[in-house]
Amino acid sequence: MTNKTFVLTCLTPLLIFSLAFLAFPLVRLFLSSVEGDSGWAVYLDIIRKPRYLNTLVLTVLVSLATTFAALAVSTTAGMFLSRNKFRGRNILLSILTLPLAFPGVVIGFLIILLGGRQGLINQITPGHVVFAYSVIGLFLGYLYFSIPRVLLTVMAAAEKLDPALEEAARTLGANPLRVVIDVILPGLMPSLIASGAIAFATAMGAFGTAFTLATNIDVIPMVIYTEFTLSANIAMAAALSIVLGVVTWILLLIARSLSGTTVAAGG
Amino acid sequence: MFKSKTKLLQLTVTLTACAFLLIPTLMSVLAGITVNYFKGVSSGLTFKWVLNVWELYADSIFLSLWLAIACLIVTLIIGLPAAYGLARHPGWLSRLLEEFISLPLAVPGLALALALLQLYGTLNGFRTSWTFILVGHVLYTLPFMVRSILAVLAAMDLKTLEEGAASLGASPWQRFRDIVVPNAMPGILAGALTVVTLSIGEFNLTWMLHTPYLKTLPVGLADSYASMRLEIASAYTLVFFILIVPLLMAMQWASARAQRISQ
Repeated sequence: MTNKTFVLTCLTPLLIFSLAFLAFPLVRLFLSSVEGDSGWAVYLDIIRKPRYLNTLVLTVLVSLATTFAALAVSTTAGMFLSRNKFRGRNILLSILTLPLAFPGVVIGFLIILLGGRQGLINQITPGHVVFAYSVIGLFLGYLYFSIPRVLLTVMAAAEKLDPALEEAARTLGANPLRVVIDVILPGLMPSLIASGAIAFATAMGAFGTAFTLATNIDVIPMVIYTEFTLSANIAMAAALSIVLGVVTWILLLIARSLSGTTVAAGG
Repeated sequence: MFKSKTKLLQLTVTLTACAFLLIPTLMSVLAGITVNYFKGVSSGLTFKWVLNVWELYADSIFLSLWLAIACLIVTLIIGLPAAYGLARHPGWLSRLLEEFISLPLAVPGLALALALLQLYGTLNGFRTSWTFILVGHVLYTLPFMVRSILAVLAAMDLKTLEEGAASLGASPWQRFRDIVVPNAMPGILAGALTVVTLSIGEFNLTWMLHTPYLKTLPVGLADSYASMRLEIASAYTLVFFILIVPLLMAMQWASARAQRISQ
């Protein structure tokens, strides 16, 4: 066997698998989306029909809120943990990164333990405080799985940032806020955009968390699920999946070109 | 040590974030071993719920472990030679292929599951077998395996090593077995741990692909959250944590090690 044939043989199983279980199914999904009663107009329906448009707007809003909250929290914590060495630092770091591979359903359940009927907040506060099944609960669930993802990207970038620049700014008389705005944030910007894109894409597509918490909230993954299983509206479910997939794919492409990292989508 | 106000604020944010992530996790552990969660820990501690979970869901736990092992074997068989092929033939075609098989990292599992169901949902023998779920898991974890090995292979001078071996008369297969595989080991280990961890925790695809007779651990979790009392749901989550946390830590260690080697 020559070199070239050997290398090609090595790629054959991958080619067969990805054609059979990725390429063909995705083509089939696309065809299913336009084979419904409305044909190609199904994609117009997403913005024409209030039910889908509202879903789209709500999903984008919750995902945006998650992204900015995660960026604020994780950048602060990430800068703090990479600039200060102290006892217990590694424990804090482990706590903040370990939830990275928790499935979305489990995170949903953890939010129920915080904000459900038997939840911690309801027990320690007077009155009836239950937020697990509202948009706030969903937001907290998304925030839960976004914090570790953003933190890892930000910390990787912070390590490469030269602390001498911050010191120079300080000796020149800049107050802490100015140092953050003029030195740290510009230095971190590519990785902030990248991790923001990752957080946004993950929140848009999060099914597990929404499945546990969003029983009464219409976010895109839940609507895809109900259209498919309850309404048997295959065309709409397929069309929404395609739109969602294209959006998250483009976002993660941007993220990768900016920072070279892709942390798994999921949730 | 944390004298300035800025540092104090940073510390507060960091600790609040830690509390937000840690407290509910500890609560679920505690609820899983409390006699009556509504009354509190004062009602006593018990392993009753964990045993209950074992009786109710042992099948799901074993199915998940079995799927994870099967998934590891398949991703190795497909991923290891593929990573080698991609490393030996860098070029736009390889980049494109790598980009394409990485799609499942970006496209939500729900969409992929719908696509699989659309094409294979009517193939009865396949649709209802555990191999249908396996396909979903392989689809999702394969890019991790390929990239993990590829990163290590790309960092070393594969061509020179292989030319040396070839000049001594080694066949392509011998070179693959004696040079490529041993050198790729850190990447294989990191990839393997990632594949097993992700497969055991996979829900988004599995929920759409599973049948009532084939429930994986996370599917069982969703089931218990919806229909069981809080103590059982918590005990099941506790079992899941015991399984997944050591794997996660091993995975993070192996990935960091592979990354150091490939730099």
